[in-house]
Amino acid sequence: MDEKPQRRVAITHPRTAAARSAAKRGVRRDVNDSTALGVTMIRSLRRAQLRLAVIVGVGLLVVLGGIPLLFLLDPPLREARVGGLAVGWILLGVLVFPAIWLTAWWYVRAAERNETQFVDLVERS
Amino acid sequence: MTSWWPLLAILGVVGATFAIGLFGVRVSRTTSDFLVASRSVSPTLNASAIGGEYLSAASFLGIAGLVLSYGVDMLWFPVGYTVGYLVLLILVAAPLRRSGAYTLPDFAEMRTRSRRVRYASSILVVLIGWLYLLPQLQGAGITLRALTGAPVWAGAVVVAVVVGITVATGGMRSITVVQAFQYWLKLFAIALPAVLLVAAWYRDGTPVFTEGGWGDPLSGYGEREYPLYTTYSIVLATFLGTMGLPHVLVRFYTNPDGRAARRTVLAVLALLSVFYLFPPVFGALGRIYTPELAGTDAADTVVLVLPSVVFDGWLGDALSALVAAGAFAAFLSTASGLCVSVAGVLSQDLLRHEGRLGDGVSRFRLGTAIAIAVPFLLALVAGRANLAQTVTLAFAVAASTFCPLLVLGIWWPRLTEKGALAGLLVGGGAALAAVVAVLAAGPFTGVVGALLGQPAAWTVPLAFATSVLVSLRTGDRSQRLVSDAAMARLHGPEEIQARRA
Repeated sequence: MDEKPQRRVAITHPRTAAARSAAKRGVRRDVNDSTALGVTMIRSLRRAQLRLAVIVGVGLLVVLGGIPLLFLLDPPLREARVGGLAVGWILLGVLVFPAIWLTAWWYVRAAERNETQFVDLVERS
Repeated sequence: MTSWWPLLAILGVVGATFAIGLFGVRVSRTTSDFLVASRSVSPTLNASAIGGEYLSAASFLGIAGLVLSYGVDMLWFPVGYTVGYLVLLILVAAPLRRSGAYTLPDFAEMRTRSRRVRYASSILVVLIGWLYLLPQLQGAGITLRALTGAPVWAGAVVVAVVVGITVATGGMRSITVVQAFQYWLKLFAIALPAVLLVAAWYRDGTPVFTEGGWGDPLSGYGEREYPLYTTYSIVLATFLGTMGLPHVLVRFYTNPDGRAARRTVLAVLALLSVFYLFPPVFGALGRIYTPELAGTDAADTVVLVLPSVVFDGWLGDALSALVAAGAFAAFLSTASGLCVSVAGVLSQDLLRHEGRLGDGVSRFRLGTAIAIAVPFLLALVAGRANLAQTVTLAFAVAASTFCPLLVLGIWWPRLTEKGALAGLLVGGGAALAAVVAVLAAGPFTGVVGALLGQPAAWTVPLAFATSVLVSLRTGDRSQRLVSDAAMARLHGPEEIQARRA
């Protein structure tokens, strides 16, 4: 669809937008063809996204994984009550769910920001 | 329980499933329509469909039954089923959509360029699918028995036939609409009775059951041994297993791009979070109003039985009908999704070289028949554990096989063909051995019972370690080139990707 039968060549001043878009195709091709430059750029994006995933993942592990440990180390907490309901039921039955959703929402924003920055980098260079 | 209302409600759900499914036939004509709805499903519809597909017999009936029998520690099941989607979001959602793969075997081949890894994945998809279909059919059996006294095989027959026909005739496009409808039906069917039950509980002066540490974490109530190990093993299996479930992943290919895949997961998380507030209510109130079910085979029926115990007359009948409809929606939607995935893999990979089986669509139909017939026969002979526990075994196998493949495949360029294969074989072999032992000769007691009943805590690390160690010993230059190309495709945003036909 994007392949035209005959390609027209625009003759432009090097400082115009048309000239920059020709350069853009170059870096884009580096990324798609996995040249040394492309591999390095993708690696930087991958590491940024992995760092984000690890932050969220470790956070999950510590907070959620810590709940059974907390109950193990502090037996009185197992029977503690807030407003007539036991702490365990409130935590696992209700409070975790909004916490999970907010974490996911924050992650999606951060991951999209990483990608937008990467696209800007590719388009500008 | 001699009322006709629940039976009529079940007939209504079955009828609606057929009607929407048959309507979908008119637009399902190509193989791509059948497998991924030609990637043309809107995000809201897709999220409802994912919710509808994911909330199975385990969620609708099993959680309440477990809470009734074993108390607060069982809340880790709904929490884990939800967090599984969050883990899927942060580790695989967008890259997996960008991989352009239709199925898990497609991803395996795209990442490793290996037919062997593809076939190993295909076989595992089929096995996990069958393991997950088994409790859906068993759930249908006990539901129909609880409501009408019919023999247990009757409910399994109903679900197997309806699913087989809808999937074989409409494929993915028609079940997308069916499943979206079934999410909202399930939510309504569990939320309304739950709210009324809580109101009745207030009317009765909020009685509380505290005996023997049932309401306390880590008490091991109901003769559960090693509650801490079991809790962590459930956490690991559900957190990491969701991403490896065949019917969950196939849904991501119906998103237009990687960002849409992430946003769809966000919507799914909201839908799941709302739903999971309600099943524990039935478990907790069942402890007060129907204590005789606790710890028995019938615990899974507490959601079905409780409304008619608490409410008399027409209200009890109507609510029983509603939960029966919701339960059948759960069996049908999950079983349809699994059946499509298993049939897709069977027809694409395992029946591929049988030229005389005809074109893609007729192979898909044959695949459908095999996909539903095997778990149906299993349901007739297998012994029955709790629904949510059987489902968690499927999660454990998925977490021990596809989780390492996906996570290492997406984030670790040094994963090799041999590393991927070794991880699948060792992780899958260990987890499946535990599952077969439990289903055939279990339940076991003591340390062995804990290790085999909830194997994820040792099989998942084993699979990861195997994959990493073998990859480190087998990496070479050609593998590096395959990885570089795969990484650009998995992580590069769509705006900068070369257009692919």
